[in-house]
Amino acid sequence: MTDEARKALGPILRVAGLSASIDGQQVVEQVDFEVPATGVTAVLGRNGVGKTSTLKAVLGLISRSGVVEFDGERIDSEPTHRIVQRGIGYVPEDREVFASLTVAENLRLAERGTTPHRDMVDELFPDLIARSAQRAGSLSGGQQQMLSLARVLMNDNRLLMVDEPTKGLAPRIVTEVAAALERAAAVTPVLLVEQNLPVVRRLAHTVVVIEGGRVIHAGPAAELLDDDERTQQLLGVHSTDHGAPKGDTDHGAPRGDTEHGASKGADESREETP
Amino acid sequence: MTMIRRLRTSPITPWATGGLLVALVAVLPLLDLSLPGVLPGSTYTPGTLQLLAFAMVFAALALSYHLLFGVAGLLSFGHALYFALGAYGLGIVLRDTELALVPAMAVVLMAAIAVAAALGALSLRVSGIAFAMVTLAFAQAGSVLVRRNASVTNGEEGLPLRVDNIPAELVGVLNTRNVYWLALVLLVVVFLIVAWFERSRAGHVVAATRENELRVRVLGMTPFRVKLITVVLAGGLAALVGMVYLLLQSGVTPAVTTPDFTLTLLVIVVLGGVGSRWGAVVGGLLYTLLDQRLTALARSEAIQDLPEFLRIPLSEPLFILGTLFILVVVLLPGGLAGVARRTLARADSARARAGRSLDEEATP
Amino acid sequence: MSTVLLLLITGLGLGALYFLVASGLSLIYGLMGVLNFAHGSFLTLGAFLGWEVARRMPDGSWLTFGVSILVGAVVGATVATLTELLLIRPLYLRHIEQVLVTVGLSLATVALFEGIWGVDPIYVVGPEWLNDTTDIAGALIPNDRFVLIAAAVIVLLGLVVFLKRTRYGLIIRAGVENRAMVTALGVDVRRAFTLVFAIGGAAAGIGGVLASHYFGYVSPLIGGSLLIFAFIVTVIGGLGSLTGAAIASVVVAVLQQFANFYLGGTGDFMVVALLAVVLLVKPTGLLGSKA
Repeated sequence: MTDEARKALGPILRVAGLSASIDGQQVVEQVDFEVPATGVTAVLGRNGVGKTSTLKAVLGLISRSGVVEFDGERIDSEPTHRIVQRGIGYVPEDREVFASLTVAENLRLAERGTTPHRDMVDELFPDLIARSAQRAGSLSGGQQQMLSLARVLMNDNRLLMVDEPTKGLAPRIVTEVAAALERAAAVTPVLLVEQNLPVVRRLAHTVVVIEGGRVIHAGPAAELLDDDERTQQLLGVHSTDHGAPKGDTDHGAPRGDTEHGASKGADESREETP
Repeated sequence: MTMIRRLRTSPITPWATGGLLVALVAVLPLLDLSLPGVLPGSTYTPGTLQLLAFAMVFAALALSYHLLFGVAGLLSFGHALYFALGAYGLGIVLRDTELALVPAMAVVLMAAIAVAAALGALSLRVSGIAFAMVTLAFAQAGSVLVRRNASVTNGEEGLPLRVDNIPAELVGVLNTRNVYWLALVLLVVVFLIVAWFERSRAGHVVAATRENELRVRVLGMTPFRVKLITVVLAGGLAALVGMVYLLLQSGVTPAVTTPDFTLTLLVIVVLGGVGSRWGAVVGGLLYTLLDQRLTALARSEAIQDLPEFLRIPLSEPLFILGTLFILVVVLLPGGLAGVARRTLARADSARARAGRSLDEEATP
Repeated sequence: MSTVLLLLITGLGLGALYFLVASGLSLIYGLMGVLNFAHGSFLTLGAFLGWEVARRMPDGSWLTFGVSILVGAVVGATVATLTELLLIRPLYLRHIEQVLVTVGLSLATVALFEGIWGVDPIYVVGPEWLNDTTDIAGALIPNDRFVLIAAAVIVLLGLVVFLKRTRYGLIIRAGVENRAMVTALGVDVRRAFTLVFAIGGAAAGIGGVLASHYFGYVSPLIGGSLLIFAFIVTVIGGLGSLTGAAIASVVVAVLQQFANFYLGGTGDFMVVALLAVVLLVKPTGLLGSKA
């Protein structure tokens, strides 16, 4: 199927009037956007504006209301596991690998179809295969991110939702992750939350900017990122500071180190999502 | 009609209604009212007064538990400990010393507050379900203490009340109505203290910790301290109620020390509606009356003549109450208070609709 | 020396009972966040129905004993499964309501058991060998202790193999750590909920039949009294940790036996004191990650 043919089928994901709350507090408010059936769509916005919550609301991980259509079918009243079984791969913020399970067990748990693409995992992440008996909690942050991606890439998906995959990673690892995502995006549409604008520039075709739980801008990625003033206005950062994604990670120092910085994230992720 | 609506919404109305109710309950011993099926006899008879006083003591105890579970959101399984401490403590002090009633009560209250502060500080190191288990363990230790030390507590037989230093007006079947009024005063006092606490700054903060502990911490307040204050206040009130219970029952048995006793309080508060003061009171009254009537019903011939598969469950009041409780939790979120609120809201909106259509008719 | 040995092995036997109750409690809490007050009733019903079957069979035979244990396991698993499906599942994720429902169930069932079987203890008869003693280094150990320990070890090993080797075991271990993420991988975690209830109920039912032989009788209150110590064990061991529950079961029961013998019957207090110390030093328990 050509790109044009796919576009003719309409968006793979359509969100209309989506609202969500955590502990009674509104975190997503009347969000509308569409994810085309090809390429990478990036969700941008400052910290804490509801990007992660939007993804979680689509998956039903937090209580939500509004319309969510996946490939033309309503999924907004389905439980999370059903939505995922329809063919959505989710790579959460902070990786959320199972620290007490081995790498192999993490992968086994994620197997959905009858024919998981183990070969793809082998090829993309040879490091993981070598460590398959190691407990995931003892992996470095970068390795945990690879594992989190591998859990998703080994299944047949019709949409990937990837939340801040380069957060807190060393520049070399950021490049690797971006390359893996680029390969995945060649066959599967991706909804990407990302702070690292060089990565966005490299991968994304379309951007959606969220502010205060609402969509304030949507359009082609290049159009926004080429307009430094507009980027500064919407995101509070310059789009032209960095070149290729091999540069700095854009997050500054407080994001933690690369090697074992993920352990804190793993602790936080243990908190129950209500 | 507008006057009724204005009355309903006025902030003074609930208090006025409450005052009226209290006055009504206060004169009951002077009246000759019968409620067959609900009360065992006419309202001036000692048996009925004893039951009503017992119900009010339970309502007061439920209010103290409401502070923990309803206001602070602390699921405690050890509240019986403080009630038992009040009842047993007062019984022992009155037996072993020559203190008069009021000083003896003051001593026991101090002791209960000290115990609540110490155990509260320890158990509040954990939260949620772990807190529930820890309070359960402490209460269990108290229960074992009472049962094992028969030389002090009289063990399984229970501790009888020594009446030598108690005002004569509170002793004997003929003075039941005085104890009844004492129970009423207790209920009113506990209600007012609980209401005052909920309106105080500490009460607001502790209610906020129930919703969102993190936000309270961000605001620069320590959730631990307000929770501890709540635990100590609830423990002190429970001890006070336990003391009146001792006077009312002329003694106390180890049954009040068991975890099941706390579970009864939990059942009452949930039946009444978690978070509602009136719910706790109504739940306490209703539960006690229901328990008493179901026990009477179990012995009745109507039940005893039933086939076994019906007779056995129906002659166990706790089975019926437990089942009722499950049904309320599953089917009636918010308990009795929730039902009342929904009914009122429905009536209000119906009246508003009726009012609007009337207005429309009036304007040409 | 022989006294120490007797206390130690008796403590292990009691610890085995605690473990049979606590293992299910801990798994259920770890995976679902539900404190199951009805667990004691699963145990009591297992004990009563095990006895009902045993008294219709030849007294004192090993076959009778074996069948009653099997009945206890099946009964425990069945009522636990029904409890999960009918009462817990409709209240999905409403943890306080789920706890309240199990509280109501425990009150109602204990009353029902009292109605059916009466409040007095019913004495049970087991194989003759159970009442004999075995001489170990001069200590005369009642044989039922060995059966208890063996049963708990078998259940523990069975659980470990199940958790390590099966897909559901994998789902349960992952779910204890991060349930939301398990569903986000497309796994229906609710089926695992029913399963942990069934497994916990089976262990409790086995514990019920064995407890009736250890204490020598069945009564409606047998489950409730064991449940409180099982709660303490799960907090000390760390909520959700099977290994923690196993270690804490033994520590608590052995401490209880020694304190009862050497410190004038203060076993129960020492257990509560141990709980207080653990809370002060490590509020998450020995091997727990959640408080």
